[in-house]
Amino acid sequence: MKTIATILLATFTSICFAQKEEKDSISPIGLNEIIVIGKKIPAYKKQPKSLATVEEYLQQSSKVNMVRRGGYALEPIINSMTTERTIITIDGMRIFGACTDKMDPVTSYVEVSNLSEATIASGQQGSCHGPTIGGAIDMKRTNLMQKELGWNGIFKTGYETNNQQKIIGTSIGYNDSSFYFNTDFTYRDAQNYKAGNHQEINFSQFTKYNLSATAGYYLNKKSAIEGAIIYDKATDVGYPALPMDVSLAKATITSLRYNYTPTATYFTNWETKVYFNTITHRMDDTKRPSVPIHMDMPGWSDTYGYYSKLKGKFKKHHFMANLNGFYNKSIAEMTMYPNNPKENAMFMYTWPDVRTLYNGLYLEDAIQVSQNANIRVSTTIGIHSNKVADEFGLQSLQIFYPDMNASKNRILKSLSGNYILHHNKFEYGFGLAYGERAPSVSEGYGYYLYNSNDFYDYIGNPNLENEKSFEANLSFGFKTGKFTSNLTSSFFHIQDYIVGKIDSNIQPMTIGASGVKIYNALNYATIFNTDLNLEYKLAENWNFKTMFVYSYGKDDNNNNLPFISPLRYSGDIQYKKEQFNIGFGASGNLAQTKFASVYGETKTPDYVIFNLNTGYTFPWNDNKLSIQAGIENIFDKYYTTFSDWNKIPRQGRNFFVNVAYTLF
Amino acid sequence: MKNLKYLSILLLAIAFFSCSSDSDSVQENPINETSGLVKVQELSNDNHTVELYTETGKLIQGYNQISLRIKDKTTNKYITNASLNWTPIMNMSTMKHSCPKSLIEKVSGKQTLYNGDIIFQMAQNTSAFWELKINYIINAIDYTVTAPISVSASDKRTVNSFTGTDGVKYILAYINPKNPKIGLNNMTVGLYKMEDMMTFTAVDNFKVKIDPRMPSMGNHSSPNNTDLVQSVSGGLYNGKLSLTMTGYWKINLQLLNTSDQILKGEEFTPENLPSSLFFEVEF
Repeated sequence: MKTIATILLATFTSICFAQKEEKDSISPIGLNEIIVIGKKIPAYKKQPKSLATVEEYLQQSSKVNMVRRGGYALEPIINSMTTERTIITIDGMRIFGACTDKMDPVTSYVEVSNLSEATIASGQQGSCHGPTIGGAIDMKRTNLMQKELGWNGIFKTGYETNNQQKIIGTSIGYNDSSFYFNTDFTYRDAQNYKAGNHQEINFSQFTKYNLSATAGYYLNKKSAIEGAIIYDKATDVGYPALPMDVSLAKATITSLRYNYTPTATYFTNWETKVYFNTITHRMDDTKRPSVPIHMDMPGWSDTYGYYSKLKGKFKKHHFMANLNGFYNKSIAEMTMYPNNPKENAMFMYTWPDVRTLYNGLYLEDAIQVSQNANIRVSTTIGIHSNKVADEFGLQSLQIFYPDMNASKNRILKSLSGNYILHHNKFEYGFGLAYGERAPSVSEGYGYYLYNSNDFYDYIGNPNLENEKSFEANLSFGFKTGKFTSNLTSSFFHIQDYIVGKIDSNIQPMTIGASGVKIYNALNYATIFNTDLNLEYKLAENWNFKTMFVYSYGKDDNNNNLPFISPLRYSGDIQYKKEQFNIGFGASGNLAQTKFASVYGETKTPDYVIFNLNTGYTFPWNDNKLSIQAGIENIFDKYYTTFSDWNKIPRQGRNFFVNVAYTLF
Repeated sequence: MKNLKYLSILLLAIAFFSCSSDSDSVQENPINETSGLVKVQELSNDNHTVELYTETGKLIQGYNQISLRIKDKTTNKYITNASLNWTPIMNMSTMKHSCPKSLIEKVSGKQTLYNGDIIFQMAQNTSAFWELKINYIINAIDYTVTAPISVSASDKRTVNSFTGTDGVKYILAYINPKNPKIGLNNMTVGLYKMEDMMTFTAVDNFKVKIDPRMPSMGNHSSPNNTDLVQSVSGGLYNGKLSLTMTGYWKINLQLLNTSDQILKGEEFTPENLPSSLFFEVEF
């Protein structure tokens, strides 16, 4: 701790000295990875499967992986860390899933049509929108300002053979010099998917509707106001890896934004937003052939929040301040119906109406210290408080913690510094950071949450310390006209690392569970991720891309941590000429030999799958018709990966076709 | 302005005091001392009527908190200076026996109300009925009243009457929590041994082990229960009952004597399932 503090201090000092020199000011380079999702984008950036799910887009990042519990609502992992240790926002808005079993990550409540891009930030570089350990994904909505005036509209449709997925979508908007609006609609309906060798995976169907609207008004040349809403509703969603499905997952995400762009001052942009989102999630076991006891498990999560972000430029400094806060209310309950109908239903709160209030200030400065060197420093301080608002729920937890108070306050801090040096064709980066996070609602206040992957009931622990991360990162880039390479590494030493620990004195509640785990903290855990991205322009129109990712995670007893990827690789070759493109790619994992046996994992074998895609854009009645088609998992490989819940196999061979017709 | 404030306080004070003198006069005839209670029945002799009250208006198998008052038949006034004792008697075809009971004491703060507890170890049936005999003294004169009472069966197991491995007959009765809740409940039971057919005395320094389980959910238990022990000799047994959710719970019991020998009840195992000694709660 002391050493790191000293180093950070030294970094700051050097910044202060560095400030004095210098003259020219260029925009500092972004450290974050950006995945382009939107529809009206330059052809060279166009994705070969434009109606892919948000998760498929995100998975292109070497920092991101997905925990799969079925064909729907995959849970993103950033830098080998799952939901608790990361932040996923939509345009800076905090949203919290309403499912105690993580069946509804934030990404499951949006559609690609809602988004223009996703920014993936590693470690503390992602702390702009709140405290994180592993990093952040900010999904940015389509920004319609400064587009050509008049109407615009696209009709989209798609079909996938493997799960008979039908996709229909529209996107209609209008831009005027003083106002704009845009709406989009997407509908997806899929049957059970088939793993390799035509093996049907029961309970993997889903239906999803997504409706979104944005309307903005330019108050004057400098300022605009914008209201936005996303309504997302999924019904009849199967989770083949879990003992229950979902009858309803519904989100309403609303926001009101005010944007002010001053001219000729130190400030370049000021954006303020207030937002509200509400999520309802209902699990359903009525379609399963045999359940030991029928149960209802609904959950609700409401979040009220705001942020006010000020960006500015002063000499060599590009600075940003973000004051942000949210208030979340999470309730989840469980009602079990005894076989004897005369008996009372068995009821309990699994999330006992936990209120979370957070207010924090983020400050960032990117300084150009010389012609080819940049320093970026950022810090956050936030006040985080939890309260168990329900007396009934509090008394439940007091079974385990008789002296527990309803409220708990924490202060969360972070500090990070990065140094980036460009030298000819090379780019070097080095950074150090410290960050903290509070336990999640489940980790702090969960009550008999059954984990169907390790078969334990989990109990929250309100006395957990903040988790503290010491992070070091390195990057190395080399770029010529034809060749781009990028190597990045992040090392995390996480103190008071929160995991479930077996308590053999407590018996499980769930029928068939192996025991009870209470959330507790390891002294520390270490996580290391490194990835290499290479891109080579083989010839005119030909492009070759490859990626290797290595991850490592150990606890303080030198046991492997769960959900750490074995070596993962992918490569693809693309040919793009005018309106035509074709590509062939492969992706795979080595066998996971360093599985976390202590945490209930078993070995997963290696795999490699091959994909083919092609696309063409035709002119059609003055408009454009774009067709994309492809085959995924060409050889119908039957496989499962380290991050597939209960080793549920992934999709087998799949033919897809995506069609987009520009209406006007 | 200030004067007005003082004046209003004064006026308020007058109003308040005048009210309180009104209510004093009401207390001359303390008819409301039984609020929250429901009359079970009256037992009557030539001189007095003894009224029995419980919270539900019923006597049931198991633990009963009973309130009483005595009305003078000639003056129609309630007696404030009686001393009472009682004997419940079970009349069976071949024998008679009593049951555990407490002394009857004046309810503190009340003028006419007395109370005590009775643990009926069995309900009445077609061939057996309960009688209650109350002896009382008013101004050094002895009176007695006897009448049959109606004791209905409890739909949950709230009392156990059994012979321990030491050959002694025990009665173990559930008392608290009356309204169980999710969380750690303060649990109270009464433990008595039968000295003879008519005499039951509290047992000291034993231990009652509890293991609450939900038979409808794979017989899962709950954490952090504590065994029931006495805090004062002659008193009830107390401990913590942990209930993790609503529904039907079977509280498996084991009775241990002062040398920790099990007198009754079996440890819950997947093989022998519930203990032969248990209570039931449902909420």
